Amino acid sequence: MRLNKTFLYGTATAATLALTLTACGGSGSGGSASGGTWDKNATVNIGSLYEPQNLDNTAGGGQGVTEALNGNVYEGLFKLTDDGKVEKLLAEDYKVGDDGLTYTFTLRDGVKFHSGKQLTSQDVKYSLERVIADDSQSARKSNLEVIKDIATPDARTVEVTLSKKSISFVYNLTYVWIVNSQAKDLKTAEDGTGPYTLDKWTRGSALSLDRFPGYWGDAASNKRVVFHYYKDATALNNALLTNAVDVVTSEQSPDALDQFKNNPAYKVTDGNSTTKLLLAFNNRAKPFTDVKVRQAVSAAIDDKKLLQSVWGEYGKLIGSMVPPSDPWYEDLTKVNAHDPDRARKLLAEAGYDKGFSFTLDTPNYDPHPTAATFIKSELAKVGVDVKINTITSDEWYTKVYKNRDFTATLQEHVNDRDLVWYGNPDFYWGYDDKQVTRWVQQAEEASTTDEQTELLKKVNRKTAEDAASDWLYLYPQIVVASSKLSGYPVNGLNSQFYAYDIEKKG
Amino acid sequence: MARYLLRRLAFLLVSLGLASVVLFALLRMLPGDPANALTAVGASPEQIAAARQAIGSDRPLPEQFTHWLGQLANGDLGTSFVSSLPVGPEVTSRLNVTVPLTLAAFVLAVLIAVPAGFVAAHKRHTWYGALLNGVSQLGIAVPVFWLGMILIAVFALNAGWLPAGGFPPDGWSEPAEAIRALVLPVATIALVMSASLIRYVRSATLDVLGSDYLRTARALGASFGRAMWRHGLRNASVPVISILGIELASTLLGAVVVESVYALPGLGSLLATGIAQHDYPVVQGVLFVSTLAVLLIGFVADLAQRIIDPRLRGRLSGGAR
Repeated sequence: MRLNKTFLYGTATAATLALTLTACGGSGSGGSASGGTWDKNATVNIGSLYEPQNLDNTAGGGQGVTEALNGNVYEGLFKLTDDGKVEKLLAEDYKVGDDGLTYTFTLRDGVKFHSGKQLTSQDVKYSLERVIADDSQSARKSNLEVIKDIATPDARTVEVTLSKKSISFVYNLTYVWIVNSQAKDLKTAEDGTGPYTLDKWTRGSALSLDRFPGYWGDAASNKRVVFHYYKDATALNNALLTNAVDVVTSEQSPDALDQFKNNPAYKVTDGNSTTKLLLAFNNRAKPFTDVKVRQAVSAAIDDKKLLQSVWGEYGKLIGSMVPPSDPWYEDLTKVNAHDPDRARKLLAEAGYDKGFSFTLDTPNYDPHPTAATFIKSELAKVGVDVKINTITSDEWYTKVYKNRDFTATLQEHVNDRDLVWYGNPDFYWGYDDKQVTRWVQQAEEASTTDEQTELLKKVNRKTAEDAASDWLYLYPQIVVASSKLSGYPVNGLNSQFYAYDIEKKG
Repeated sequence: MARYLLRRLAFLLVSLGLASVVLFALLRMLPGDPANALTAVGASPEQIAAARQAIGSDRPLPEQFTHWLGQLANGDLGTSFVSSLPVGPEVTSRLNVTVPLTLAAFVLAVLIAVPAGFVAAHKRHTWYGALLNGVSQLGIAVPVFWLGMILIAVFALNAGWLPAGGFPPDGWSEPAEAIRALVLPVATIALVMSASLIRYVRSATLDVLGSDYLRTARALGASFGRAMWRHGLRNASVPVISILGIELASTLLGAVVVESVYALPGLGSLLATGIAQHDYPVVQGVLFVSTLAVLLIGFVADLAQRIIDPRLRGRLSGGAR
């Protein structure tokens, strides 16, 4: 049984901690284009477990601020669609120089901030500089530090020069909010260009958005959106059952799904997720310095059984860090697949025929404790003894992430395209393969996406064969909504939740 | 009595001063760094240092402490590290939920427990006296979140009479909605609180029923009701007031479980979030305000006991006979 008491302390920090190294999102359609008329002046009530910490995504706003404001209140030069495609948003057009280092963006005409000011190239320059500033806490800071120079030849043109080629540059820009360069306080107020303005944020309770009458594009399909924040998944489900909210952005309580699945008043959608549960080895710590030991542990654990016990019929098995929605996906579930006999053989070859013992640092919120217990029982079958050490997410950050003082740990990695971290030998898991590091660098400096994809596929295969980590499973992304709603995002990938296409029947 | 009041007031202020030192120091002994909670996981050491500087956690502890005291003296609880919002209004908005919740639950619990406890003692040989006693024993064993979930299932999910949780974002400017939101949480706390109060009232009443002065009063010709009213109730209420004070104080922050079950933006949940995020100003603010409230409740309880029982007036604090 999954008790949700852990959510009390769990989600608060999990929201800040979950490895939000990059973010991606979805738009597009939820459910079918249902018949009947919908109310243009409806209020859509959205239930979520992720309250923003503050309203600024360069100042540690957390995943909640992405969910509530990205695309709704703030817009980037580009946006990421539901199937992971990059589309132009505030950029009307752009050109890349032959050297691959200069990007010239032409801004859309007639775009106004909520304060009434016209969008100019100065605002774009300011917004980019904010992300790479010294005190920036943006998760995209390190990716965008390739920006060498930003010029603004006229009010609608921005010229960005990079210090080296970066194939992900445009993709990374989908994460940069364009803010009014004259805005004073962006941590507790906003000034964006999106289809909604912020009405009010009552901390601990709700955040409301109103349709912006001066929006440059198609007006939002509803008049008002209210995000209601819950700390407890059961309380959130109860809110949906009593119509206090119309939709839950990301269902985290698998036990509760039955009451919605068999009820015509609700729709349950199973979208594409990018959140992976990892058993991360410290590749610098014995015995996980030995590839055979890592392979053996990976082969000893029956991921399918674990997934079923946590999520029932939902979720997917993955054989590597790459979810099916990433362009360089390949089905690698057969690599180091469940095979206890092979695990025993590998352990013997590595000189551990009598097994060994290690400590597993386990975050204290779901699903980590469940997974840890399961892993302990699986590894006991091949003679490996697991000592479970339960820690808070804050301790995890200090002990595991910063000090690398661990042998193995469990962690959820929420982002798309985060395979590239295996190319960074300084990352917490300490995977250091010269070839992989080179491929990742070459991929980033590639001239075409095909070239990039090709290289990252190699990285994918190599890290999977090396069992750099054990990728236990891919979470499902489950949205539950009242059947009165349509047009909501179903993939919401990490955190984004575009609300402007949501139609609500009266 | 005036001298007592002055001494008791001085005692309150000294306690508050000591408590603020202790809570400031204890908070700094927590493992971890608030700058961690503020920065993204990919943060560089420079980013973390910048965050530390921005929130002032790089300065020496005594300096941080005097800075905080200086702010307190000006009635300013500081600014949240995480949200950049001032802590004072935040605490006030949470008190708008927690204080009505606690007081209403408290009053309801007293209204249930005092008559029920009295009957359970006075009629302890009848079937309903024994039943009351049994029910209250059972009530003590009921976990508050379980009772909350049952009430939600019955009155919100099935009957649909009341909301299953949440509090209107506009708070008390929607009074009907705010009251509806608090009905089930109040009932939950009151039921659990009254279960233990019944036991205290019952045992205090039993003491009184067996006392010499009551027997004497009856022998002098007072009716049972009059003897109870003039002598029994007064004596029985002294220990009960001590317990009431403690119950009231612990509910103020102890409502965190109920707040979580009913998704109420109360003081307890603000504290829990603050601790998880290492948001020192928020945690300090909440603890300071609640310490003050607890000390004030103790003050009022002591005072009430002294008004009721003149024998206590020489003592500084406490109400045990």
